[in-house]
Amino acid sequence: MRRSRTIPQWPGWLFMAPALLFVAVFVLIPLGQLVATSLSDRSLLGGGKFIGFANYWRIWNDSSFWRALEFTAKYTLVLTPILIGLGFALALLTVDNTPLKRLTRTIVFLPVVIGLSSSSLLWFWLLDEQVGLLNKLLVDLHLIGEPIVWFATADLAFWAVVISITWKVVGFGMVLFIAGIQSINPDILEAALMDGASYWGRVRLIILPLTRRVLLLTTLVSAIGSMLAFDQFYIMTSGGPRGQTFTAVYWIYQNSFISFKLGYGAALSIVLTFIILVFATMQIALTARSAET
Amino acid sequence: MTVAALTSGTERAISTPRGGRAPPGAYLAIAACVAVIAIMAAPMALSFLASIKTAADASAVPPHYLPQALSFENYAKVIHFQAGLAAYLSNSGLVALMTIAACIVLAAPAGYGLARFAMRGKEVAFLGLLAPIMIPYQALLTPLYLDFARVGLVNSHLGLAIVHTILQLPFSIFLMRNSFEAIPREIEEAAMVDGCSAWKRFTRVFLPLAVPAIVTVALFAFINSWNEFLAALIFMNRETSFTVPILLVSVRIGNHGAVDWGALQASVVISIIPCLAVYLALQRYYVSGLLSGAVK
Repeated sequence: MRRSRTIPQWPGWLFMAPALLFVAVFVLIPLGQLVATSLSDRSLLGGGKFIGFANYWRIWNDSSFWRALEFTAKYTLVLTPILIGLGFALALLTVDNTPLKRLTRTIVFLPVVIGLSSSSLLWFWLLDEQVGLLNKLLVDLHLIGEPIVWFATADLAFWAVVISITWKVVGFGMVLFIAGIQSINPDILEAALMDGASYWGRVRLIILPLTRRVLLLTTLVSAIGSMLAFDQFYIMTSGGPRGQTFTAVYWIYQNSFISFKLGYGAALSIVLTFIILVFATMQIALTARSAET
Repeated sequence: MTVAALTSGTERAISTPRGGRAPPGAYLAIAACVAVIAIMAAPMALSFLASIKTAADASAVPPHYLPQALSFENYAKVIHFQAGLAAYLSNSGLVALMTIAACIVLAAPAGYGLARFAMRGKEVAFLGLLAPIMIPYQALLTPLYLDFARVGLVNSHLGLAIVHTILQLPFSIFLMRNSFEAIPREIEEAAMVDGCSAWKRFTRVFLPLAVPAIVTVALFAFINSWNEFLAALIFMNRETSFTVPILLVSVRIGNHGAVDWGALQASVVISIIPCLAVYLALQRYYVSGLLSGAVK
């Protein structure tokens, strides 16, 4: 008999106890309080009367929230394919370990580790219509006649944020994809090469199918991140012009901590949590499967 | 593993046929790499160059690409901004250190319990520990703020560190669990023969072998805590308790309304340097953390 079978298993709980206690106190209890608050008219100044589902009914009729949610969905649907597509293209470009390609990878990845607030203020400056160097560069290259006022319309502001975030996080997907491509059995690629498969043939028929899981997982992680976007919009657009670039989290922040409508903000948070839960469950299922295989 | 040198061995079959001359595509790839480097490096390089301009030069319309003269005027302004840069750096540093400590102290034993014991209900507990992934912390900020306000944890390093630990804990536990699972059973059995208790096996045998995972946990905790914005914005609302990301936003607002572009870029550079330094020093750990769970 294996000796390990005879040792007691219950001490495992003792090792897990601190973390379980922490999650109970700082995640599960607050979650309960969030539900309770969402059923009350609590504000930062007081209140707290039970009002049933009144807040949820209000959400149903709150066109501003739906507009924010729609905007967040649009942001996610536009940004995610850009990040995945460019990330994959960069991975294909730099997957070989030549010195130049290694340097390219390192440079592309650097913005991933800096703060969103830093990158947002960096781009806020680059895109400024007066002192912004990107505008100056575009004018000097005769690509535009005069500086673009990026934050005057919701459309341009949206693209300004998309550009800055693409710069900031495209390296994240790239690194995961490179690892995915490099974990492909080299024999398969060699065999395809012998059979005379072209470069794009190998990409389409071997690399893409064999990195599908990494692609899917990265898509989910990116999508969740975009659905929870706040910093970049708070800093670059302040939700403007005319409240057209509020994201879901921004709208919750606005209600809870600017207008002090905590009960209503809590109800909004619950709705958002359900939306994220769907994505996160898929992410965990995928991650768990990778740990097994 | 670093970003520059991920695993190798398969790459030769991916784009370059063996033997023979480099195909014309190779020159295209080199040109593309150079273009990518220029585009990706330019923003941070320009920000750095702007930060060492004189204040007037940094706000010049139209702007200059390069500094007309070298000056540390912008940095001097940031150093003396409001409560002083030292205060903001130490706020961010303290919160990050507390977050690192909490993540290690909580995640290392939890990962060990998950990896090395077979209790009934373990899977449910594991899912419970991953709860913070499923419930976005953004949603929990309201109840946490109300609770923390009651017990004096608003505008407190500990309070913000707790929020950052919530954010970082699932990943940390996941990483520690994987690391402990990878340790061969024989090592554990040898320790048992020597009569080591579970606690002693953990501290004497397992922890020393899990040092790389602990470094990775600490690295991610540092970078994510240092950069976290929303909770810091809500919980650190007094001028003296701001963290660096909140300092950046205050510098933009400035004292008179007009944006002080030079000071703003100086503060951006200051906020970036610790992240880049820590990342470049510990790249290997960062990438292995990034890949755990995402790629088998």
